[in-house]
Amino acid sequence: MAAPALALRDVTFHWPGRDTFGLRVPDFQLAAGESVLLLGESGSGKSTLLSLICGIVTPDAGEIQIAETRLSGLRAGARDRLRAERIGVIFQQFNLLPYASVSDNILLPLRFAPERRGRSEQGDAARLCSALGLPDDVLQAKAGRLSVGQQQRVAVARALIGQPSLIVADEPTSALDAATQDGFMGLLFDQLAATGSSLLMVSHDERLGARFDRVVRLEDILLRESRAA
Amino acid sequence: MILRLAFASLMARALTVGMTILAIALSVALFLAVEKVRTGAKASFADTISGTDLIVGARSGSVQLLLYSVFRIGNATNNISWQSYRDIAGRDEIDWIVPISLGDSHRQFRVMGTTSGFFEHYRYRGGRMLEIGQGHGLDDLYDAVIGAEVAATLGYDVGDPIIVSHGVASFTHHDDQPFRVAGIVERTGTPVDRTVIVSLEAIEAIHVDWQTGARTPGAPTPVDDIRQMDLTPDAITAALIGMNSRLQIFGLQRWINTYPEEPLLAILPGVALQELWQIVGIAERALIGVSVMVVVTALLGMMAMIFSSLDERRREMAIWRAMGARPVTILGLLVLEAALMAALGAALGMVILYGGLVVAQPWIDAAYGLWLPISVPSARELVVLALVIGAAALASLLPALRAYRLSLADGMMVRT
Repeated sequence: MAAPALALRDVTFHWPGRDTFGLRVPDFQLAAGESVLLLGESGSGKSTLLSLICGIVTPDAGEIQIAETRLSGLRAGARDRLRAERIGVIFQQFNLLPYASVSDNILLPLRFAPERRGRSEQGDAARLCSALGLPDDVLQAKAGRLSVGQQQRVAVARALIGQPSLIVADEPTSALDAATQDGFMGLLFDQLAATGSSLLMVSHDERLGARFDRVVRLEDILLRESRAA
Repeated sequence: MILRLAFASLMARALTVGMTILAIALSVALFLAVEKVRTGAKASFADTISGTDLIVGARSGSVQLLLYSVFRIGNATNNISWQSYRDIAGRDEIDWIVPISLGDSHRQFRVMGTTSGFFEHYRYRGGRMLEIGQGHGLDDLYDAVIGAEVAATLGYDVGDPIIVSHGVASFTHHDDQPFRVAGIVERTGTPVDRTVIVSLEAIEAIHVDWQTGARTPGAPTPVDDIRQMDLTPDAITAALIGMNSRLQIFGLQRWINTYPEEPLLAILPGVALQELWQIVGIAERALIGVSVMVVVTALLGMMAMIFSSLDERRREMAIWRAMGARPVTILGLLVLEAALMAALGAALGMVILYGGLVVAQPWIDAAYGLWLPISVPSARELVVLALVIGAAALASLLPALRAYRLSLADGMMVRT
């Protein structure tokens, strides 16, 4: 069996200097190509979990694995490189550098990921944009001029370029209205099918669940710990 | 791509970035302008006299002698007797000697009595001779040759009468013996432009009826009588000397300085200029210091600008981090932006400086007799620009380090 796209085992983490709050993930896995919706309210530790997965912070104990690479053995620089190579990130909003062109925004992660750059081809950015229903002339436009819906789709294009094995999305639809949300999710899943990337999406919106292979409640995999002060 | 993004980021904050760049540009322009004026003034001074090996005057300070004999600044404390002058002129080492007699004035300009030898031997700006553009040299006793600036300021033409005043800034005039403008010297950029030149005999002639600084009572001696008199002066103010061989300069200098009949002083113009620079050096350094502080102030302003922008750029930093940028990349990005701003500021400063020079050059020349050459930026100027850019990068390290720490703490999630 192929290595999972993502695996967390016995991970514990405390924010330095904040002894009273921590979290523990006994076991969570995401198979290659699988899409999982993590349901959780804000403040339930999902931001911390995403920071752990992306290698921004390191766990106190336990093992995080992206594809076949274990994060725990890596230095900060190598973790940054791994994130650039393997993970496409989509935020809730304000995904893009507003002053840069759409083209530069989409190509930015490739700047830090030589392997991913090798996988991508000339014209990938344009192809992704048209597949995501963005107008043809969007590439040269300033990202800050785009509507929120367009910006989120550009963020998808940026996350998908060079086919990273894992897409991490943090409530990417919450800034969109209901009608746009559905179209957005449709386009996202179409492209996932094309690239074969796994998707880990965090949201508080249960209605999104239908498209996913699996819907997991955050509190089922993540134990919050409150130490006595 | 990073450079393009840094540039786009600056463009997006055009107003604050523009003000910062303008501040840097003005400070750089000021600094370079001070440098220009400094070197220009030095060159202008050094260009004033060339080809003269020794200057002789009554014993005083070498700088003082240089200033009054060549630059017409200040006054001589004493004269050289004609006898001493004859003794020096009789030495074999001497190729030529030109006497100078100062002390009178015309309006705000000094009058200098000399011989036609002055026009033959005086050299400026690397060996150039004086050229009489209009009219002719000193032919008649009451002929005056005026500098270009005298002519321009007072609106004189060849043939106009000139009344010489006794002393400098005085109210007694030698109005009984008017002079006539015989010629106008082409502009030289030296004190000659501001000098009225008459013959040594003329200086003697207008003082015929004077004794110890006051007019003797009674009717003035008629001009026709004066023309018949022996007008050999009793004393002169200074003399310029050219040598047959430069090797003999020091020997003659020693001989003059130890001349037993009268206390005299002989100086080498170049050496006296060096002494002058040493005196001026303090003011020069102060001027440089002030303009350096202005540059530093502009860079501090830039630093403050970057600091205050950090907070609103945390989201941007988080995006960079999420894309896989290391904190060091973010630090580098901020330093790059600062260096870009400084480079733009430096370039704009050069434009301001040279633009200003083109506009102000004729005016500065006319008003201060200071010719600032417009030339390709010197190596020294380029070094200054590089230093400014380097200092900007260095100054930006402080806010950049803060951004580094912020981006380490924030990661991809900005907690607000």
